[in-house]
Amino acid sequence: MSADIVDGKGADRQKAVMSAPSRSHFTLAGCRLGAKMALPVFPGYIVFAMAFGTAASQKGLPLTQAMGLSGFVYAGASQMVSLGMWQVSWTLSTLLTLMAVTAVVNARMILLGAALQPWLAKEPLWRSAINLFLVTEATWLIGTHYHQEGGRDVGVLFGLSVLLWIVWFVATVAGYFAGALVPAPERFGLDLVMPVFFGSMLVPLWKGAKPALPWLVAGAVALLVHAFVPGYLYLILGAVSGVIAGMLIE
Amino acid sequence: MSGVEQFIAGPWGGTIAIAAMTVATFLCRIAGALVMTRVTITPRIERGLRALPGSIILATILPILIDKGPTAFIGIAATIIVMAFTRKELAGLAAGLGTLTILRALGF
Repeated sequence: MSADIVDGKGADRQKAVMSAPSRSHFTLAGCRLGAKMALPVFPGYIVFAMAFGTAASQKGLPLTQAMGLSGFVYAGASQMVSLGMWQVSWTLSTLLTLMAVTAVVNARMILLGAALQPWLAKEPLWRSAINLFLVTEATWLIGTHYHQEGGRDVGVLFGLSVLLWIVWFVATVAGYFAGALVPAPERFGLDLVMPVFFGSMLVPLWKGAKPALPWLVAGAVALLVHAFVPGYLYLILGAVSGVIAGMLIE
Repeated sequence: MSGVEQFIAGPWGGTIAIAAMTVATFLCRIAGALVMTRVTITPRIERGLRALPGSIILATILPILIDKGPTAFIGIAATIIVMAFTRKELAGLAAGLGTLTILRALGF
């Protein structure tokens, strides 16, 4: 069994795991346990959401749109990427491009949903819809860890997911106001919050040079397309080339 | 058609954009669970999707960095170095923005 990466103590969870029947079920106690298991990822969530809120206010989005993005889209990377493409006045083509870029950026979530499917299979549809609506890398990681230890209470996934969504939403608003309050934001590099934050995200993703080769392909293709084709096609072509490179490299 | 275009260009445009992103993202979130009952995700597809986050990051930030010049590169480098040592996003973010603040105060 892998080391307990989610929290140090885990006594509550251990108890819940041992008393759990082998079939999937849903309890309120599980929700509470899940909420507790979410605590360790609070800092990462708060920093990311605040960075997004700040970047959104720098970009000139109204607060309601920043809240809408965090509340409904609730996918940090695509939220950040969308800011670069955000328009004051939309056209059908900018809208469709935005949708395509969002789908490409969030395509990795297909893996998360697929991995959760066996656990959620017997759940009522509406609850699975909510659980999947709230899936992120972090909730998936904590939930999967619990599931691998033998836990079957879907309430755990639900509780931690709902709590983290609230944290994300509140921190977005806080970041928005923090960003809006700073005079002359370029002086503090705030115009570059998005790329700086994305840069920091590369570090935990780094698993050695070989798995990073597709990133290089993606970057090179993006630069090339960006130089010759106006618009945001470079994002889609760059990301898709990275995926293809990842499929080809053993 | 022009009615649609006009509506999109109007004050509801941002809301429609958020709705469009919400739909695209939700489809990604449920696709895996829906597809799992019919098809299996092959190791090859999984490898490809695993390469996606890093690919998106480089595809997003490299063109921005080229546009913004060496100052931006140094800021990101500082972020990555501090992040690699501390593993704390906040520390990495502070290092990057701090470096940019100093560079810009110096007139770069």
